[in-house]
Amino acid sequence: MTRKVELKDHQREIYFFRLRLFLGLGFVAVMLFILLLRFFYLQVIRHDYFETMAESNRIYVVPIVPNRGVITDRNGIVLARNYSGYTLEVTPEKVPDMEAAIAEIGKLVEIKPKDLRRFKKLMSERRSLQTLPIRTRLSDDEVARFAAQRYRFPGVEIKARLFREYPFTDVTSHLLGYIGRINQQEIDELEEQEQATNYMGSDYIGKTGIEQRYEKEMHGITGFEQVEVDAGGRAVRMLSRTSPQSGKNLTLTLDAKLQEIAVQAFGDYRGALIAIDPNNGEVLAYVSKPGYDPNLFIDGIDSESWDALNNSPDVPLNNRALRGQYPMGSTIKPFMALAGLHYKTRTPGYSIGDPGYYTLQGSRHQYRDWKVGGHGRVDMFKSIQVSCDTYYYGLAIELGIDRMHDFLEQFGFGKKTGIDLEGEVSGLLPSTAWKMKRYQQVWYAGDTVSAGIGQGYHLVTPLQLAFATATLANDGVAYRPHLVKEIQHAANEVQTQPQPLFTLDIPPEDLDLVKRAMVAVTQPGGTAVGASMGASYSIAGKTGTAQVIGMKQGEKYNANKISEYNRDHAWFIAFAPADKPRIALAVLGENGGHGGSVAAPIARKVLDYYLLGKVPTPLKKSDVKPGVEID
Amino acid sequence: MNLRQIKQRFMLHLDPVLLYGLGALMFVSLVLLYSASDGSWMRILGQVVNILVAFTALWIVANMPLHWLMRIAVPMYVAGMALLIGVALFGDISHGARRWLNIGVATIQPSELMKIAVPLMMAWYFEKHEATLTWRNHFIAAVLLAMPVALIVRQPDLGTSILIAASGFYVLFLAGLSWRVMGALFVGALASAPFAWGMLHDYQRHRIMMLFDPSQDALGKGYHTIQGMIAVGSGGFLGKGYLNGTQTHLDFLPERTTDFIFAVYSEEFGFLGNLILLGIYIFIIGRGFIITANASTYFTRLMAGSITLTFFTYTFVNMGMVSGILPVVGVPLPLLSYGGTSMLTLMLGFGVLMSIHTHQRLVKT
Repeated sequence: MTRKVELKDHQREIYFFRLRLFLGLGFVAVMLFILLLRFFYLQVIRHDYFETMAESNRIYVVPIVPNRGVITDRNGIVLARNYSGYTLEVTPEKVPDMEAAIAEIGKLVEIKPKDLRRFKKLMSERRSLQTLPIRTRLSDDEVARFAAQRYRFPGVEIKARLFREYPFTDVTSHLLGYIGRINQQEIDELEEQEQATNYMGSDYIGKTGIEQRYEKEMHGITGFEQVEVDAGGRAVRMLSRTSPQSGKNLTLTLDAKLQEIAVQAFGDYRGALIAIDPNNGEVLAYVSKPGYDPNLFIDGIDSESWDALNNSPDVPLNNRALRGQYPMGSTIKPFMALAGLHYKTRTPGYSIGDPGYYTLQGSRHQYRDWKVGGHGRVDMFKSIQVSCDTYYYGLAIELGIDRMHDFLEQFGFGKKTGIDLEGEVSGLLPSTAWKMKRYQQVWYAGDTVSAGIGQGYHLVTPLQLAFATATLANDGVAYRPHLVKEIQHAANEVQTQPQPLFTLDIPPEDLDLVKRAMVAVTQPGGTAVGASMGASYSIAGKTGTAQVIGMKQGEKYNANKISEYNRDHAWFIAFAPADKPRIALAVLGENGGHGGSVAAPIARKVLDYYLLGKVPTPLKKSDVKPGVEID
Repeated sequence: MNLRQIKQRFMLHLDPVLLYGLGALMFVSLVLLYSASDGSWMRILGQVVNILVAFTALWIVANMPLHWLMRIAVPMYVAGMALLIGVALFGDISHGARRWLNIGVATIQPSELMKIAVPLMMAWYFEKHEATLTWRNHFIAAVLLAMPVALIVRQPDLGTSILIAASGFYVLFLAGLSWRVMGALFVGALASAPFAWGMLHDYQRHRIMMLFDPSQDALGKGYHTIQGMIAVGSGGFLGKGYLNGTQTHLDFLPERTTDFIFAVYSEEFGFLGNLILLGIYIFIIGRGFIITANASTYFTRLMAGSITLTFFTYTFVNMGMVSGILPVVGVPLPLLSYGGTSMLTLMLGFGVLMSIHTHQRLVKT
């Protein structure tokens, strides 16, 4: 009985064991199938993804920064160049104790307080894992000293780099601008323009001026080296290399020597000067005084220098030529005369008797001429020669502000010239519609009277005035002012020649009259007496004075009594030789008083050098007597 | 004895079918180690020595009659437990874990011994009570299993404890542990998971967390998993070719001669290579099942089944962890990974399998 049960149990037991074993086999099969699916998923379905991961694991792309294009003037004089030098750079993440590290480095390499201030400013603006220069332009000696002690400074390294340099410093600052370290906003912009890859290794970008406007051309195309690295980040071998393409060199229309002379001619005056070749719009000189040293900005300016520039009453950072807006004063008169002829409100021979003031009908308010007692009989020629205000008060009233607006607009007033620089402002050319829109006020006749001599709402930039003068000089054929003459190109590429921007339909006899009158301005009897004294060529010009503060009725302007910054601005526009102009310019002497005494001599020096190659002596403020009462 | 007789005697208790499978894996191991170690002949020589030592042990065990095995079960288990307690009290700490015991002449790792001793002890216990098995016997067997596992988890050594727990569970399962108890155990395990979580060491928790999202710590704890998956995935269908694995040869793969050797294989030989390798493992496991099914006694059936299923578990856990479906628990790939201890333990297991197969064949004939 017992035995029978045991036997039965034994068979059952074998049966159950085999069942269990079979279940185990099933378990193994299921699990192996799961593994197989996993392999299939990783190695077949997601293979591309993991392949990319493996590649990015092992391949580092090292950008090779292209050389930035060099800027030269029209004669090949270098205005912005690159030189190679050594910097001491710090990766802040890798330096545990910055203060101590800097103190130790200071024992090997001189670190001036200025370097330290600049470094701290960079620290506050930096992107992560960026290396920051703590010292630039290391001497060979310093490089050797630091290199020997390198091991003591993790995260600090010497880098050989190309540096940007502007040899003319403040002379060309406002037109060249400068490059500086790329900030977050610029990174975002680059990403939007899909340029981020091209800037992978670049630390600098054009911030202002030509450097900014021609960034794309001058930056070049970044090259790349694919390097195989191991898990420790050590380069094992180079896989491929795409060479960088250097940025294109720029040739400016600027004449560096002329520019230098123009800047020197200002002496210690503030102001602006634009000289243009009227035959093609090439800008020959572009001055905004005072300038600044753009080299300070490249690696981040230290806060002390920045404060000095930013808080100076002379506002050296203001690009006056492009962004300064001033009343054009009497320089409006040649253009007003052309308007009078155009609308037939004046004939050349028509003359007025000037009592020294102008009154509107039904009003006793006297609009004074600059000359007490007046100029006597004044026709159009004389009105320009002696800059008779009374003549233009009447002309303005007869033209009306809207016709003035329409005529002057043709010369580009109230509009940007479209020069190849960023940040140009458009000035202001008033009209009844403008005043209504701006102030919700009707236009008064009195507004028109002062507008007739370039005062009131009307504002121009020195660049605009130079452009209008060039257009006048070139008999109404206008070329867009531009600073870049040529972008480096392959031999087979054809550079386009500048085409006229527009051509004004002005009768030759009108132009002839105005130009002759402008020549007379620079000769005895004119307001810029002496501007052409001793010149072997003829100069056409016009003076102007832009009021900074208004005068009360009956009050007398006395320059000695007003603070320097409230004195009138001096204008002088000119072109020469008068019969076949090769250069046209506008000069603004800020707070310089009368145009004939300050601005005209500056213009003369520029013309002398450009036309005759004559190098002048600089002007001193003490040479000019302020408060001369002529316009 | 002439040469033929020597050969015959030598092969008497060996199973040629199993030997083909094991030999194939060892061959793959040597070929792979050459690549994984960047051509280090020292590594290969070391592995050859490991193979020779392990094979000798296999031969000796295979020639042991079955009743010898039964006789050493209890002393081996008791000695193993004593050593484990010794480790817990006086063990040497290395890499943050207390796994080694210095017994004067050498430093030993008792948990390795337990990989054989635990299933042996349990199979012996079931054999003893074969006629009158009740749930009480299952419970006592489970306690015999739980004690060493608990000690090894505390060392901590998650990989070894999982393998020992698995080998013991297979014995229980094959001995007919009731489905209701297994269900209850499963529910209990789930319920106690939070407590178990609390028992785990930080690094063990990290490894488990990493499984769910390795990328959250790509350079830290998740690095092993991510680099393993990249190696496997980038291998593609045909692989990058022998000696051409970039993950391997540029040092991105950690532990590539030991726990992660499968990533090296996968990267260089691809999905197709994996199919072939799995084929070899299935071949060995299949042979193990056949031996188990034909085993004549209760003890040998349980022992053979446990050894076979544990071998499979080894393989699955390692491949699963390298391909990112299991946490990184530090289990080598059987017979492929470099290492003498795991090689020895595994070959001892196969020695037992061969002994079971050949001795009962002798009995039958």
